[in-house]
Amino acid sequence: MKRPQSWIRIAHAEDIPLREGRAVEVDGRDIAIFNLGERFLAIENRCPHRGGPLADGIVSGGTVVCPLHAWKVHLEEGSVVKPQEHACVATYPVRIDEGIVSIQMIERNREQAPLLPLPECMGMESVAGQS
Amino acid sequence: MEKLVLIGNGMAGIGCVEQILRHGQKFAITVFGDEPHVNYNRILLSSVLAGEKCADDIVMNGLDWYQRHGIALRLGVRIISIDKENRTVTGDDGSVTPFDKLIIATGSMPLIPPMEGTQRDGVFVFRTLDDTRALLERSRPGIKAAVIGGGLLGLEAARGLQVQGCDVSVVHLMPNLMERQLDSTGSALLKSQIERMGVNVLLGRSTTSILGNGRVEGLAFKDGSSIDAELVVIAAGIRPNAQLAREAGLKVNRGIVVDDWMETSHPGIYAVGECAEHRGLCYGLVAPLLEQGKALAAVITGNPGPGFESAVPASKLKIMGVEVFSAGTWDETAIGGEAIRFEDPSLGLYRKLVLKDNRLAGFILVGDTSDSPRYLDMLHSQRDLSDARRHLLFPPPAKDEGLAVAEMADSHTVCGCMGVSKSDILQAIRENGVCTLAQLKDATRASTGCGSCTDTCRALLKAAAPEFEEESARVLCACVPFPQEQLREMVRSQQLRSVQDVLDIYGNGTGCEICKPALSYIVDVVWCGDHEEDRSARFINDRVHANIQKDGTFSVVPRMRGGVTSPDELRRIADVAEKYNVRMVKVTGSQRLDLLGVKKSDLPKIWADLGMPSGQAYTKGVRMVKTCVGTDFCRFGVQDSTSAGIELERRLENLYTPHKVKMGAVGCPRNCAEATVKDIGLIGQEGSWQIVVGGGAVKKVRKADVLTTVETTDEALEAACLFFQYYREQANYLERTYDFVERVGIEKIRRDTIYALEETRRALLDRLARAKALSSDPWLERDQPRTRTQFVQIQPMEMVAQ
Repeated sequence: MKRPQSWIRIAHAEDIPLREGRAVEVDGRDIAIFNLGERFLAIENRCPHRGGPLADGIVSGGTVVCPLHAWKVHLEEGSVVKPQEHACVATYPVRIDEGIVSIQMIERNREQAPLLPLPECMGMESVAGQS
Repeated sequence: MEKLVLIGNGMAGIGCVEQILRHGQKFAITVFGDEPHVNYNRILLSSVLAGEKCADDIVMNGLDWYQRHGIALRLGVRIISIDKENRTVTGDDGSVTPFDKLIIATGSMPLIPPMEGTQRDGVFVFRTLDDTRALLERSRPGIKAAVIGGGLLGLEAARGLQVQGCDVSVVHLMPNLMERQLDSTGSALLKSQIERMGVNVLLGRSTTSILGNGRVEGLAFKDGSSIDAELVVIAAGIRPNAQLAREAGLKVNRGIVVDDWMETSHPGIYAVGECAEHRGLCYGLVAPLLEQGKALAAVITGNPGPGFESAVPASKLKIMGVEVFSAGTWDETAIGGEAIRFEDPSLGLYRKLVLKDNRLAGFILVGDTSDSPRYLDMLHSQRDLSDARRHLLFPPPAKDEGLAVAEMADSHTVCGCMGVSKSDILQAIRENGVCTLAQLKDATRASTGCGSCTDTCRALLKAAAPEFEEESARVLCACVPFPQEQLREMVRSQQLRSVQDVLDIYGNGTGCEICKPALSYIVDVVWCGDHEEDRSARFINDRVHANIQKDGTFSVVPRMRGGVTSPDELRRIADVAEKYNVRMVKVTGSQRLDLLGVKKSDLPKIWADLGMPSGQAYTKGVRMVKTCVGTDFCRFGVQDSTSAGIELERRLENLYTPHKVKMGAVGCPRNCAEATVKDIGLIGQEGSWQIVVGGGAVKKVRKADVLTTVETTDEALEAACLFFQYYREQANYLERTYDFVERVGIEKIRRDTIYALEETRRALLDRLARAKALSSDPWLERDQPRTRTQFVQIQPMEMVAQ
C-alpha cells in the first residue's frame, strides 16, 4: 500500500524536454512537471486565474507563464508572481533517481508566500488570434 | 459547489465577487440587493445629479454580467435576519436562503443629525440612485436649496444642484469645509472658490430644525438665525449599516468587526466595505474597500495571501472648477512633524506637505491636483526624502543638456577608447550629415568601445545636428535589453544559432514569454531554418501546431488555399468532426473551416485523417490568401484572382513572419475579398494588377498603401514576394505590416524592394526561396513527433494504491 509520502514513479526524465513542462494525472490530480535542467519541479496544472494548463506555458527562469493570459507562477513556491495577486497553486516534491522522475503526493501550498518583485515585461501580445 | 450569499449589491460587495470570479467558478453565488438596480458606481451619483451622466452611464455590471457568471440576483429584497447557527438568511419577501459562506456588504446609511422636521416634504438624503432621481425631479432653476453638510458628499450635492440652476446654500456645523481633509488655509481657499461659483457657504451653523408646514420652507439654526429653503439635502455623514449583523449576534462596534481577512466574529461569515470595522476603522472611500474585497476573495477561494492592512485615507473632490486632493494626515503638530507649504490665493493654488522624520505623512493639494500620484507614491512607499527635499514642492527644472556640451573645449577627447574629439564629432555632423548615434558610430567609431561616452555623443548630436533623431531605442525586453534590429545583427555576426545562446551571451540567461518567441523568430529569419529550433522558447501553439483555447483544448484549421475546397475535403472534415466529437465547426473570417475543442492527444490523428496541410491559423506566419471567384465565374471579374491567390499562398505557406500575414486577391476593384485591408493584397484591374501592402481590419482599420501596379500575374506575385521577404527581415517581432509600413514609410519600402537594384531584389527572392525550401508542413510531425510526449499525455509508471 502506497502512503501519500511514498515516492511515485512517473516518467523517464528525457520525456520531459529541457525547459518545458508536461502534464500528468496522478490520483485524480492534474500535475505539471517541469524540467529546468539542473532540477525538476512539480505544481498543480491549473492556473489560479482561469484554470489554464500551466504545463503548456513558457518557462522563464524559475517561473512558468500560463498560455492563456500570461499569469506567471513561481515553480518552487507555487505563488502567482504576476500580476500581484494573492493566489497560489499547490507544489509537490520531486526527485530524480536513475533517470526516473518521481513525485510525492504531498501538497505543499506555502500559504502567504511573499509577493516577488514585478518583472519588467508585461502584456500578452504573443497569444495568437483566431482564424 | 459551496453556496455563497452576498448581502448588498454595491461597489464593495460586487467588487469582491468580481475578484472571487477571477479565481474560477468556485461558488454558487446569490446576491441580495435592497435597491431595485443592478450594481452601479455610487461615486458618480454626483455626476448624475449634475446632469453630466445618466443612470445607464454609471452601471458597472449589467444583468447580462450576473447571468454570464451564473449569479442569482435578488433585487429589491432586503435581508431581515441572519441565522448564523443554521446558516440561512431570511428576506423581507419571506424567502429563506441557506449559505456555506456569507458576505455582508450592506454599506452605510446617511447620518441624520438630531433636528426637528426631517420628515417634511422636500427633505432628501443623497445616497442612492433613487435619492438622486428624487432630487433631480424636485430641483428646478431658481428654487432655494440648502445642503446640510460641508464635507465631500455635501459639496458634491451642492455643486450638482447648482448646475441644475438652484440657488444653493451649504450649511456646515464646523468652522471649516471638509475639516477632516483640509487645514484652515486649504479650507478657506476652497470656500472662496465655491462661493465664486455662486454657492452660498454658511459655516459654524448648527441646524436645529427644518421649518415648514408640510412642505419645507427653511432652516433654523442654534444661534437664532434662519434661511429660506424649498429643498433640503442632508449630507452630514454616513454610519455603517451594521444593525443586521448586530441582531444576528456578530461582534459590532461602530461597524461589523472583522479581522485582516475580513472574517467576522463568526467563522464563514465575512463583512466587506463601509459596514466593516477593521482595526477600529471604518472606511468610506472606494480604494481601500476594493482592497478589502481582494483580500477576502483570495482567502475565501482557498488562496490566502497577505491580509488587508490599514489603508492611508485619501480623498479627492473634483467638481467643475474646484479640485482638492488630500491624503494622510494634514496636522503636523498632532504628529510632531513639520510642514512645507506653497500658497497663491489669486491663482487659487495651495499645497501642503506634512513630513515626519523626512518621510511624507500626508499632503493637501487645492487648485491643481496633477501631482497627486507623485505624492501618493511617496506616502505609500514611505521612502526617505532627505535628498529630495529641495524639490519636494515642485520637481527640479529640466536641465540644460546643451550646457555641458557648450562648455566643452573643441579639442576635448570625448571617446577615450577610439580617440575621438569633440571637433571630430562636430566635423562628422557638419560635413557628413551625421544625425543619429548609429551614423556617428559608423563615421567616427565614437562610443563603440566601452560605451561610457554614449550620453555625451548623444548630447553633442542633439546640440549640433539639425535633424537629430532619437533612435527608436525600444529594447526587446529587460531579459535581453537590445533593440530587435541590433539583436538581428548580433545573431548574424556572432553566429548565434539558438535562443539559449542569445540569452546566455547577451541576456539574463533565462528569458521570458516576451523575448523567447521573439528571439526564436529572429534566429529563424537570420539562419533561414539552418539553426537549432528550440521548441521550449516557443508559445504552446507553435509546439503543437494548433491554437490553444480558453479551456486548454485546441482548434484545428486545415489549409484551404484561396478558400477553395472540394466535396472530398469537406467529407473528410465532416468525418473528422464526428469521429473526434469536435465541439464546433466554424467558418472563419479567412475562408476556411475551424474545428474547435480538440484534445491535444487527438491532434496527430486528426491531421492524419484530414490529409490536409496545416493552415497555420495558430501562429505568427502566413495565414491565407482570401480570394473572390474572379474571371472563372464572376460577370465582372477582369483577372483570375482565384488562381493568383492560390499560387501566392502556395509560394509563401509554411513560412514564419514577425506577425501573422493575411492576404487577399480580388478579380476587380469591387474588392469582394477585401484585399485593401489585408497585409498584402492583389487587386485585379483591366490589363493589370495593383499590389497593396500594410492594410488591416483589426483593432484599427488601415487601408493598404499601393506598392506598385504591374501588367502580368507573374510580376504581381514577384512584387508581393519582395515585400513579404522585406517585411520578414526588417520588421520587429509582433509588428503587423500596417505598423511596419507606417514606421518605415511606403516610399522607402518601394525603394528597397520593387525599385531596388536587380541584385538586391534577386538576393531578397533568393533568401525567400532558401527559407521556403527548408520549410515544411508542421502537421507532418504527426508521424515524426519532436519528442515522445509532444502530443501524448504522460501516464504515470505506477499508480497510487487506494
